[in-house]
Amino acid sequence: MSQIKPAMGHPAGGRNDARNPLIARDRDWHPAPLAPGYKTSVTRAPQRPLVAMPTTLSEQTGPAFGHGLIGELDNNLILNFTGQPAIGERIIVHGRVTDENGRGVSGTLVEAWQANAGGRYRHKKDGYLAPLDPNFGGCGRTITAEDGSYEFLTIRPGAYPWPNRVNDWRPMHIHLSLFGSGFGQRLITQLYFEGDPLIARCPIVHTIGQDKAIQSLIAPLDMNRAIPMDCLAYRFDVVLRGRRQTVFENRMEGM
Amino acid sequence: MYPKETPSQTAGPYVHIGLTPNFVGIHGIYDQDLGASPIADGAKGEVVTITGTVRDGAGMVMRDALIETWQADAAGIYPSNDPRGVADPNVSGWARIVADFDSGEWTLRTVKPGRVPAPDGRLMAPHISLWIVARGINIGLQTRLHFEDADNDGCPVLARIEQSDRVATLMAKKTGPSDYRFNIILQGIGETVFFDL
Repeated sequence: MSQIKPAMGHPAGGRNDARNPLIARDRDWHPAPLAPGYKTSVTRAPQRPLVAMPTTLSEQTGPAFGHGLIGELDNNLILNFTGQPAIGERIIVHGRVTDENGRGVSGTLVEAWQANAGGRYRHKKDGYLAPLDPNFGGCGRTITAEDGSYEFLTIRPGAYPWPNRVNDWRPMHIHLSLFGSGFGQRLITQLYFEGDPLIARCPIVHTIGQDKAIQSLIAPLDMNRAIPMDCLAYRFDVVLRGRRQTVFENRMEGM
Repeated sequence: MYPKETPSQTAGPYVHIGLTPNFVGIHGIYDQDLGASPIADGAKGEVVTITGTVRDGAGMVMRDALIETWQADAAGIYPSNDPRGVADPNVSGWARIVADFDSGEWTLRTVKPGRVPAPDGRLMAPHISLWIVARGINIGLQTRLHFEDADNDGCPVLARIEQSDRVATLMAKKTGPSDYRFNIILQGIGETVFFDL
């Protein structure tokens, strides 16, 4: 409870003004809810059409989290579990969170989770052969800076097999969860790594129909940000739904 | 011309590691899981307990579902970013609830929200917004929980549901003096109404 900032508020007429409606989602760009290649989606996708509605205050407002929530090692998955380093290829994952108008989304919570370097999750439902790493928990979080930037220090997760078709393997990936300033912007996605040959074979990746949309989930190697003799870096920018600007400096459009 | 929203991907079976690590025994990274309760002691309004399940199209209770909830306080003000005023300081309005690994039941203890106006000024029925993710859900499902015994008349959102018998899928059923039941069905007979909003 105390973790959530009360009535943070945004400047009237500003880009996060809760009176401004969210831009409609492009459902053809997102994955299809029912994608037969991903078998579990077959019984978990609604059959009836979604009921369309414009956003209201219920979707245009949303929880806000203060920087005070974040502990010093929260975005350091290499050290945050035991204080001893996790095994694996050390990487920085960083980028910027913007909205669909191209503006940085500041002060928003980004949560990450992933398998360890061997492709094993620290979760009771994961019984894969690869061992747990005693020093790897598998989660991290951060809050975006003023310009929307964020970063994590982690190890590159391993690929792993999963029960779908007989020999399906997930490409290396990191799950990311983001908030924005309105509950209707809530998003979970997955980051993939440039050059991974399993991306093209993954039925979960291919729940997305458009190749350009898939490409936007693949983080390129970023040698400018790599630290010599320490770690590589991958860049992953995230775009959240934007708002249509109908309120300008406290006045409704047309008034 | 404009950047496209980042495409969604399923939360997968291990979503708890990221969003509720303490719930799956990953202790020591975060003091506590976020969103444990949408209210604190002293919250104004009627405190209610809502329980339910999420079922898939095969009738199976989903033991891996995760739901986030967002709601106004008892006076109908949202706890952050609401241009109309400041909400009850004991209402954060947001919760993250997980289905029990054995029974699949989830529980939300909160206050009943007040009515909130739609953009055109008409009052919406009191509701809690829900966002549901799990393995097999490729993009988070958005719906609303209402109370069958509340003043739901004239709600412009419920009026959008063309097949009016489906409105009942969005009504929590009263099961006790301050208890409600809300079962979510993702697919098939009795399928819950989900919104594209």
